[in-house]
Amino acid sequence: MSPAEMIRLTALEMAEHLRAGTFTSVELTRAHFERINQVDGTADEGVHAFLHLNQDEALAVAAEVDAIRTAGGPEADELHPLAGVPIAIKDNIVTIGQPTTAASKILEGWMPPYDATVVRTIRAAKLPILGKTNLDEFAMGSTTEYSAYGVTRNPWDLNRAPGGSGGGSAAAVGAFMAPLALGSDTGGSIREPAAFTGTVGTKPTYGSVSRYGLIAMASSLDQIGPVTRTTADAAALHELIAGHDPKDSTSLHTQWNTLLEATTDQDLSGVRIGVLEEFQGPGFSAEIWEKFQETLDLLRDAGAEVTTVDCPHIPYALHAYYLIVPSEVSSNLARFDGIRYGNRVVPDGGGTVAEVMAATRAAGFGDEAKRRIMLGTFALSAGYVDAYYGTAQRVRTLVIQDLKHAFEHVDVLISPTTPTVAVKLGDQLEEPLSMYLNDVVTIPANLAGIPAISIPGGTAEHDMPVGLHIQGPAKSDATVYRVASAIEALIEAEQGKPFYDRAPEVPQVQGARS
Amino acid sequence: MTATTTLTFADAVAHFEPVLGFEIHVELNTATKMFSQAPNAFGDEPNTNVTEVDLGMPGVLPVVNRTAVESAIKLGLALNCTIAPRSEFARKHYFYPDLPKNFQTSQYEQAIAHDGWVDVELDDGTVFRVEIERAHLEEDAGKLTHMGESGRIHSASYALVDYNRAGVPLIEVVSKPISGAGDRAPELAKVYVQTIREIVRALGISDARMERGNLRCDANVSLMPKDATQFGTRTETKNVNSLRAIGYAVDYEIRRQAAVLSAGDPVVQQTRHWQEDTRTTTPGRTKSDADDYRYFPEPDLVPIEVDQAWLDRLAAQLPELPVERRRRLKTEWGLSDAVFRDMVNADALDVVEQTITAGASPGAASKWWMGEIARLAHAADVAVTELGITPHHVVELETLTTAGTINDRLARQVLGHVADGEGSPAEVVEARSLAVVSDDAALTAAIDTAIASNPDVVAKVQAGKTQAIGALIGPVMQATGGKADAGRVRQLLAEKLGLQA
Repeated sequence: MSPAEMIRLTALEMAEHLRAGTFTSVELTRAHFERINQVDGTADEGVHAFLHLNQDEALAVAAEVDAIRTAGGPEADELHPLAGVPIAIKDNIVTIGQPTTAASKILEGWMPPYDATVVRTIRAAKLPILGKTNLDEFAMGSTTEYSAYGVTRNPWDLNRAPGGSGGGSAAAVGAFMAPLALGSDTGGSIREPAAFTGTVGTKPTYGSVSRYGLIAMASSLDQIGPVTRTTADAAALHELIAGHDPKDSTSLHTQWNTLLEATTDQDLSGVRIGVLEEFQGPGFSAEIWEKFQETLDLLRDAGAEVTTVDCPHIPYALHAYYLIVPSEVSSNLARFDGIRYGNRVVPDGGGTVAEVMAATRAAGFGDEAKRRIMLGTFALSAGYVDAYYGTAQRVRTLVIQDLKHAFEHVDVLISPTTPTVAVKLGDQLEEPLSMYLNDVVTIPANLAGIPAISIPGGTAEHDMPVGLHIQGPAKSDATVYRVASAIEALIEAEQGKPFYDRAPEVPQVQGARS
Repeated sequence: MTATTTLTFADAVAHFEPVLGFEIHVELNTATKMFSQAPNAFGDEPNTNVTEVDLGMPGVLPVVNRTAVESAIKLGLALNCTIAPRSEFARKHYFYPDLPKNFQTSQYEQAIAHDGWVDVELDDGTVFRVEIERAHLEEDAGKLTHMGESGRIHSASYALVDYNRAGVPLIEVVSKPISGAGDRAPELAKVYVQTIREIVRALGISDARMERGNLRCDANVSLMPKDATQFGTRTETKNVNSLRAIGYAVDYEIRRQAAVLSAGDPVVQQTRHWQEDTRTTTPGRTKSDADDYRYFPEPDLVPIEVDQAWLDRLAAQLPELPVERRRRLKTEWGLSDAVFRDMVNADALDVVEQTITAGASPGAASKWWMGEIARLAHAADVAVTELGITPHHVVELETLTTAGTINDRLARQVLGHVADGEGSPAEVVEARSLAVVSDDAALTAAIDTAIASNPDVVAKVQAGKTQAIGALIGPVMQATGGKADAGRVRQLLAEKLGLQA
């Protein structure tokens, strides 16, 4: 099989071929680096999904997996099913041996002395780590344009943003530079880029995946999750990284071993699917809304019961989110002061500790980070904390209750993932409020801690992909995968091919090896 | 700096009523830190007892130390507090290089223990009940060493940071305002801190060594006019790190504030620093109510939930607390207030109790430990327990005395030799032939000599002044090197002189 063919397989197909010996992990890993070399480019051209490549180590891990398979015996039998399948990791997840920057100047060159728990898990399962992917600085943004190291471009149209904050992981997977990637989702940072790049992204139930080693943006909302091209691949990767971690007190003791299995049940008859009254029509682009109606028809034809449900406080979720997030951000980013690690900026002629901290933070943080630090510092300050942070937490409770009531009547809630297709680069850079609206659909799941997935739902304006957003009650991740997988199969049957095969060819960068 | 004016203490308390408040930070002696697996140890190489968590590295998360929680519950119970069934951690924000995350993880709205009290017994036996507002869990900061000419913060050219202490578990015990102590305020301050120290030691939750900073006290002092009900503006004197200093610091602040108020000036609400060398306080940061720590609930931790079963289990593990033990022992031993208090002050309760358990009577144990042994200890400037004299030695000494083998004077001599490491009392008596001489034959010669040498005394005795016989006993004792049994000498003298026995 040619490298170009290999990289277009799903992760589970790659795993199957590795077991069957059709190709080796070294060949597969090389094929991905070759693709990266052809299309990823730099900050100035190409997709620019990666901030750091980890070629030597990835190939060494691949070779190790191949050697184990060749030797056979119990060690080969005990290999994880995904062993040897390469993966990319968002650069706000810490990795020994690779720099971790969270796309911020303040951490430029920082080499973490420890691995995130998910990274330890991935190393133990022997998935070659291709490198670290781009994001909005500290995961704050919806376009990946707030990266201190340059934008990532949407593989469907290099003039458009891949979404954010996890634009790097989504673009890498969408452009076949990686079959699997890890993202982090605080308000939609996995799902919105998935929608914009025609890929699949899951925000697991809060506590399903350890956050130890994820550079915190908003701790009560952050969750690591899978970025893939199919629902089954997402479920398989989710199963690998899920589980209780004694180092994360908020991680759950729940078992997560039925996620992949759930994707094999594609019967939608009798499944109760809710559409939110609050997310009807206006606010979504015309074509996105039309595409969504078509999808609902497909679901009804497949035997699903589609009903409308009411969550009256959902329209306030965005406002609550933009008070809670900056509050937690102002606290979580306080540690970046140049004293212990990362960049240190000393004012001309020296300075006091406070002056060094101030100069370091002034030079090290970008605009969006500063904006949120200031908003959050204000929202938590004496005399205002109850009016802002306190009110936001009360709204959060109301949103949680609304969703809980909704899930007494329906199994899942569905909607388009985003109001529009991917924006053009630069369009929202000076309009943070407009950018914040990209997350209006995805935010409630973070506030409520419930699982949600975005899968490709066809294309809309400019032939750009749109996402279909499916969310269920807390710990119902398996149900969400089951419904998502069934819808994915319906759409694929209608189109006659997997959605990712509809992606246009990504232009090769100058000087790429052919 | 100009000298600060102070009133005399007597003048100050004649016009003003002091109101005190204390925040005591107790460092726990858990094996690991409050939120990480790093060792909780004192005195190691700087920055060796740290993990990525203690350094506040990007991505780290805290995990609560269960033993520290149990220590806090035990202390709460010992201080008669209510234990919150559910309490949370919060983040307290301020930028400082000894604070790795630039926030301290602490408890804010709901402390694990609240609304308790502790009885504090002053030197004269007066009991003061101090109400406890709360006891909460938090983490310690690292240690800054300012490098420069004076070692003081303002003239330092740089500072070294040791994060070994960062994340060490702390319990902060906050008292309610204490008024009504009047001129006993400095003493109350000292004894209150001493009482808390004694309790945490009895619980075994802290080494409570003030010189190592295991127990640190911030003392709040304010004054109000004698008949007022509204508290005055307070100052907070930070890190007063010995019991003696606490009394002095409170005394100084009372005198200083009294002078300020008497001059018609307002007391400035501020943090002050204790200066051990001059026994004064100096102004630190001016503290206003606008200090904004931007507290909010720690999202990386789940609430601590304490159910009744856990509480009962910990309550059952509580040792007898020092105050209860003292009350019990005092009643059991039947000693006077004064003797018992001396014993407490000499930290001799344990050793006296052991001596009684080993067979001595309370009176005898008290007599020896608080008498000759205390004198020897004082002379050597050590504690009574540090002389090498054991409870068993004292029992043996008492047995020898009761049997008449030695008299009190010899016994004191024996103790000196025991302290010098010459062996047990019996061994000392044997080796130095210190047993009393009660053999009449051995005494007769000395008695005859005494009678012959003192005809005037003999004449007085025979004239009816029988108490003058004492003047004859002295020479006999002298002649026998103090080893004579004085009672027997008196008896023999009386017989020789023809007196009725």
